[in-house]
Amino acid sequence: MALMANVGKSVLRREGPEKLTGRALYLDDHAIPGCWHGVTVRSTIPSGRVKAVRFDPSFPWKECAIVTARDIPGKNVVTLIEPDQPLLADGVVRHREEPILLIAHPDRATAYEAAKRVTVEYEPLPAALTLEDSLALKNKIFKDDNVFKSYLIEKGDLAAGFAQADFVVEGEYRSPAQEQAYIENNAIAAWEEDGVMVVSGSLQCPYYVVKALKALLGRDETKVRVIQTVTGGGFGGKEEYPSMIAGHAALLALKAGRPVKIVYDRHEDMAATTKRHPCVVRQKVGLKKDGTLVAQDIDVLMDGGAYATLSSVVLSRGTLHAAGAYTCPNVRVRSRAMATNTPPNGAFRGFGAPQTLFAAELHWEKIADVLGIDSLTLKRKNLFQLGSVTATGQILRESVGAQECLDVVLKRSKYAAKRKEYDRWNKDRGNPTWRGIGLAIAHHGAGFTGSGEVYLASRAGVAITRDAKIFVLAASTEIGQGTNTMFAQVAADAIGVPFDWLTVETPDTHKVPDSGPTVASRTCMVVGGLVRRAALQLKAALEAEHGRVPKTPSDLKKAAATLCAGKAARRFEVEYEKPPEVNWDDKTYMGDAYGCYSYAAFAADLEIDKATYEVRVRKVTTAQDVGKALNPTLCEGQIIGGSTQGLGWALLEEPVYKDGVMINAQLTNYIIPTSLDTPPFDVTIVERPYSRGPFGAKGVGELPMDVPAPAVAAAIKHATGRLMTVFPFTPERIAEALS
Amino acid sequence: MITLTVNGRKKKFAGAPFTRLIDALREEFRLTGTKEGCGEGECGACTVLLDGEPVNSCLIPACSADGRRIETVESLGTPEKLSRLQESFLVCGGAQCGICTPGMLMSAHSHLKAGGKTDDESVRTALAGNLCRCTGYQDIVKSVIGAAKKGAKRK
Repeated sequence: MALMANVGKSVLRREGPEKLTGRALYLDDHAIPGCWHGVTVRSTIPSGRVKAVRFDPSFPWKECAIVTARDIPGKNVVTLIEPDQPLLADGVVRHREEPILLIAHPDRATAYEAAKRVTVEYEPLPAALTLEDSLALKNKIFKDDNVFKSYLIEKGDLAAGFAQADFVVEGEYRSPAQEQAYIENNAIAAWEEDGVMVVSGSLQCPYYVVKALKALLGRDETKVRVIQTVTGGGFGGKEEYPSMIAGHAALLALKAGRPVKIVYDRHEDMAATTKRHPCVVRQKVGLKKDGTLVAQDIDVLMDGGAYATLSSVVLSRGTLHAAGAYTCPNVRVRSRAMATNTPPNGAFRGFGAPQTLFAAELHWEKIADVLGIDSLTLKRKNLFQLGSVTATGQILRESVGAQECLDVVLKRSKYAAKRKEYDRWNKDRGNPTWRGIGLAIAHHGAGFTGSGEVYLASRAGVAITRDAKIFVLAASTEIGQGTNTMFAQVAADAIGVPFDWLTVETPDTHKVPDSGPTVASRTCMVVGGLVRRAALQLKAALEAEHGRVPKTPSDLKKAAATLCAGKAARRFEVEYEKPPEVNWDDKTYMGDAYGCYSYAAFAADLEIDKATYEVRVRKVTTAQDVGKALNPTLCEGQIIGGSTQGLGWALLEEPVYKDGVMINAQLTNYIIPTSLDTPPFDVTIVERPYSRGPFGAKGVGELPMDVPAPAVAAAIKHATGRLMTVFPFTPERIAEALS
Repeated sequence: MITLTVNGRKKKFAGAPFTRLIDALREEFRLTGTKEGCGEGECGACTVLLDGEPVNSCLIPACSADGRRIETVESLGTPEKLSRLQESFLVCGGAQCGICTPGMLMSAHSHLKAGGKTDDESVRTALAGNLCRCTGYQDIVKSVIGAAKKGAKRK
């Protein structure tokens, strides 16, 4: 491989200078001439029929544009997987905060006032507000059984496995919902321009929005154009819901005959939009006396909320990771995503895997007590290594860094010494705290699950223009993780030109091909790979037609003129090609669930105040195998940032639901970590290259989310002796557990 | 009529006196570098300096800024010539999605300008009112300490 000028170096963030000077324009920063403000009237009950909608006669309604379900020119449905979610409730509401009616007004405050002057009268219907309600069919929400989706993985012979076991250990683990809490709330504007509906805003997946608008407006993609603006965080939270808001803004723009923007305030954003799926996992594990796994029987239950949205794929990822990063010959995983009368849950970094991995990892602490062998020894004995076979029968042929990550973390965290030191500390009753260190290990599949990448058939490209500019063309969005920088690095090194020569085109569906959604740890490994292939085609064309890859701007001009041959630009586009060795069977749910896995090990070193029961994480040590860190600073930023979200989930963050709605939908009482809640991180990047990834890269975005919660739980177990299976581990919960 | 100095320039604001300072800055003066994240003083994205002190501009009525000095992120460097603090954020990975960055910079700038301590704990305390959901703060803290070492105080 040629010497890489950019890949592997911490090249500075592309759009950094604009972001650091306040020049980067997020949606609400754009001055859109004549733009009205849109607001949403939402359901105030979790389940019922809309009997009447009344408008206060003293309000000047003539100044407003008003949209109901009847104004939708196409179909009243926003389909991700199932066509069950209406854009606007039409007669029936199935969850609190469900959109019923839209209003736009030239003045923002008046628009909000108008929404208050609408009264909706309901006939309440029974509601299933919890998983238990849903299973008991307290209200039928989806089909006959409220099951959005179920999966079954069966490997080996489970009964024979348990028959061989010397010990069988059972446990139940519950993980809560979590709010993405990006600091920029959802914001989208829409306007009609020469017969094209243009939608612009804060979003992760431009082509998902195109798909939604086509159906809602009854138009083809030439009459719908979606442009991403600078986006202030997503974490999955802007994967699906922006399609709803885009539909709302587009309908208001059509009705008002002018641009309309919808900018949520924090309360609306938290109460109405998607969260991480709450999840209950039951683990039944059989082991030999020496700790060898012989049987795993796992049951997973997720709360999908009122509409199917992405629940089936969240459940899929959760199911595929439920057995943990360990080899076991006999495995059964059964899983269900259930409908409840709560706002739909959806994508959040990790996408189902953090929930099931929490259970898989923490269960080792319970097993350790039963077997009398420490959890580290047990994990090490069964941990994935090269050649291991996963729960779906996938043989791990390459790039398996689990053991190396574990070794690095044990050494750098001084795990063994700290275990002993804290045992001594905890014996001394005079100490003001209990101390503990806990460990977690995880694998995380990069890219879409199973055949997902084949169905997606993503495309990306590069283009050279007559005026000698080179563009990267992809719909993958920069949402803070560094897509812009990473794509330019990959393309520059593939072609062999300076980084500064590359421009990454704005994700605009009339300019860039559909490279798929910006999700699933796929932007580096999958789309980065497409960008590299397209760039290599440009390189080949330069060599064939110009005789060389240009080294100077003047030579680039000549090359561009030759390649473009009078046209404005020349594009090189490639489509995803399934690696021949990756094979998956959707019917049996067996095979290569992902092209490759990334791996993480994580040690949480913490103490608990004996008077207040507050947990203070003193230090985190983590090692993560990402294949190749294309940009180490950005990569480390993902690891520390993702880990911090994981610590928040473990210790602080808890959406509290009452009557089907989040009642702490504010940053005042939904607590995310501040700089003082966050420990120092010791991060080691492990690089076991993946032959199919660009320059060896795998995924990194979601992996760091998988490990903090089980590591914190294991550390609390070490500190207090209590295995706490429900989190977040707030002082109240710890006090209760210790009482 | 409210008169105030914004980034060294005298400005007049004729809107309602209880207009939030953030709205006056963003909508009247078109200084959109200051961001709104929560509208209730929790996230710090709207942090500006009022007579040199960091405040949440979503909680301050424009009238209480009458006759006073406001500094926003636009008063620091430009993309072509970043301030030392901004440059340090760029190098250390202190900005990811960027939405908290202007507020974070103003809190850090005020801390350094006031001669605040530059050990890890002091910097974390100075930034505790600014939420960031992307970075986990470590690279932000590193950015501030790095800038201090290069003498950002003088800027």
